[in-house]
Amino acid sequence: MTRIEKTFKKLKKENRKAFIPYIMAGDPNLERTKDIVLMFEECEADIVELGVPFTDPLADGPTIQRASERALKEGVTLRKVIAFVRELRRSTEIPVVLMTYYNPVFKYGEENLVKDAKDAGVDGVIVPDLPPDEAENFIKLSRKADLDTIFLLAPTSTEDRIKKVVKASKGFIYYVSITGITGAKLLLDGSIEALISEIKKYTDKPIAIGFGVSTPEEASQVAGVADGVIVGSAIVRAVQEGRETLKDFVSKLRKAI
Amino acid sequence: MIKKLPDRRGYFGQYGGRFVPETLMPALKELEEAYLKSKRDKGFQRELNHLQKTYIGRPTPLYFASRFTEYLGGAKVYLKREDLAHTGAHKINNALGQSLLARRMAKKRVIAETGAGQHGVATATGAALVGLECEIYMGTEDMQRQALNVFRMRLLGAKVTEVPVGSRTLKDAINEALRDWTTNVRTTHYVLGTVFGPHPFPVMVRDFQSVIGKETRRQILNAEGGLPDYLIACVGGGSNAIGLFYEFLDEDIKMIGVEAGGKGIETGEHAARFAGGSIGVFQGCKSYLLQDDDGNVLGTHSVSAGLDYASIGPEHPYLRDSGRIEYTYATDDEALAAFELLSKTEGITPALETAHAIAEVIKLAPKLSEDKIIIVNLSGRGDKDVQHVARIKGIEL
Repeated sequence: MTRIEKTFKKLKKENRKAFIPYIMAGDPNLERTKDIVLMFEECEADIVELGVPFTDPLADGPTIQRASERALKEGVTLRKVIAFVRELRRSTEIPVVLMTYYNPVFKYGEENLVKDAKDAGVDGVIVPDLPPDEAENFIKLSRKADLDTIFLLAPTSTEDRIKKVVKASKGFIYYVSITGITGAKLLLDGSIEALISEIKKYTDKPIAIGFGVSTPEEASQVAGVADGVIVGSAIVRAVQEGRETLKDFVSKLRKAI
Repeated sequence: MIKKLPDRRGYFGQYGGRFVPETLMPALKELEEAYLKSKRDKGFQRELNHLQKTYIGRPTPLYFASRFTEYLGGAKVYLKREDLAHTGAHKINNALGQSLLARRMAKKRVIAETGAGQHGVATATGAALVGLECEIYMGTEDMQRQALNVFRMRLLGAKVTEVPVGSRTLKDAINEALRDWTTNVRTTHYVLGTVFGPHPFPVMVRDFQSVIGKETRRQILNAEGGLPDYLIACVGGGSNAIGLFYEFLDEDIKMIGVEAGGKGIETGEHAARFAGGSIGVFQGCKSYLLQDDDGNVLGTHSVSAGLDYASIGPEHPYLRDSGRIEYTYATDDEALAAFELLSKTEGITPALETAHAIAEVIKLAPKLSEDKIIIVNLSGRGDKDVQHVARIKGIEL
C-alpha cells in the first residue's frame, strides 16, 4: 500500500476527510516552497500537491498561470522539483503529489521520470492533459514503481469515461468540481453530490474534489460529499499575501474540512 | 503508396492523439461522431457544396502567372487563388464547414483563436451566416500587427478578446480558447483553425480543406493536360498545405512545405519547427515542437502572425518522416521581397504567410526547365498586411 492509500485508509477509520493544499513549486522560490510545505504539515494537511511550472498551463486560471510564470523566471523545472522533493524528504514524510503538464514528462522520458520521482520520494502524479487513453505506458511504468497515478473526472464525464478513469487511477481520483479551469467560481447546487455518488457506483477508491474551492465554508461543504478537498488558487493567492495570512488561512481550511 | 491516416485513435504514425483535460474528452467524442455522420449525410454535403459555390465563390481559379514565370525564367508557375475565396483566404473552407457542424450539434456559440486574423474573420463570417454567437481570442501582439482584421471581426458581430499573457501570439490565443471551451463546452463549439490539436481536428480540417486539391487536379488537367511537377505551400499549422497536397499524395509530384525562418535559424528567432524543433506534446497532440530541454515551449518569431507558432499539424511530421513531403523555410526578408515581387509582376499581393511559399518559388523556378510546372497555393491575400509592411519599411500611412 502506498503512502497516499495509507493516508486515506487511516482517515476513513477516523471518519475524517483529507485536506490537500496545492502550491506552485518555486513561487516565489524553492526555499519558500519548503517552508510552506512544512507549515502545511504543521497545520495537519494530509497530502501536498506540488505544481510544476509550465509555459502553457491550459487547465489553469490566471492565478496559477501567474504563479507558473514566476516559478519559470526562478528557473524551476521538473528536474529541479524532483530534486527539491528529495531534499524535502530529509524533513518530512508528508505524501507529495506532483501536478505537471505532459510535455515536460514526455521530454524527460516517462520511464526516467517515474524512476526518478519515485526515488526522490514523490508519491503520486497528476497530469491534467494526459487522459488515461494516452497513458497506457505511463500507468504500466507507475504501477511497477508503486507510484500513484491520479486521473481526473469532470461534470461532463459520461459513464464510459467514469469507468475508464476509475480503473486508471490509483491513490485517489481527482474530481474537478466545475466545467472550467482552476480558480473559477464554485457552484454549490447539489450537482457535485449527485456526480460523486454516480462515481461511487463504480469504485471504492477515494475521491478528492478540487478546482474552485476557495473559502473554508466551501471546503466544509465539499468535504461533506467527498473523501478529500484540494485547495489551489486561493492558497497560491495567500502565498503572495505573506506568511501570517497564509498560515491563518490554511489552519481555517483544515478546521473546516 | 502512402498510407491514409489517421487511425482510430487519431494517430498519423507516432504523431497526433488526444491530449486534453478530461472535461473536454466527451466533447471531442461528440464532435468526432457528428463529423463522421456529416460526412455520410447527403443533406449536409449538399448544403456545404451549395455554400462553397454560392457563398465562398468556389471553385477558386487556377491562374497561370505568366509575367512572374517570365521574370523568374524557368518552370511555369500557377497560382491556386484561395485569396479570391470569400474573406480572402482558404480559412473560410474550414470555418464554414465547422459552423454548419456546430449548428447540427445544436451549439449556440462558437469560439476560435486567430493569429493573422484570417481564421478569426472566417469564423466570424461563418457564425454570422449560420446565426451563432462568436468570440475570437487573439494575442496582443497580433492585434497590433493585424489591426485591420480586428476591426473586420468586430464588424461581423464577433467579440474579439485580447490575450495579454505568455508570448501574446497564436499559441497563447489557443490556450485561452481551450480554457473557454473547457468552461463553456456544453453550449460552445471550438472552431480550431488548422490541421492541429486533438483528434478529430487534424482530420476534419483536412477534409474541409481538401477541396483545394480536388479543384486543382481538374483545373491543371484542363489547362495543361497533365499533372504538375511541384506543389508548394506555406506551413504554419499546415491546413492550406494539406488542403492542396492531400489529393496528390499518391502521384509522382514533389511537394514542398515552407516554414517561417524568421530572422534566420541561427538567431533562434524563427518558427521553423523542423529546422529547430523536436517531438513534443502541445495543445492536444504529439508533433514537432520548438521547446527547451525541460519541455517548456519556446517563443517564436515570424514577420507573419499566421506562421508564428511553435508546433505544426501532426500529419506533417508523418509525411516528412515517410519522405513524401520536403520542408524548408523562408526568412522574413525573403518573404517581404516575395510580397513585393508578386505584387509588381502580377498585380497580386499575397498575404505575408503566403509570401513564404512565393519565396520558395523564386528560389526553385529558375533552376527548372520551362516544361516543368509548379503550382503554389496562394492561400491568402495581402491587404491585411499592407499597414504592417509599411511600418516595417518605415513608411507613415
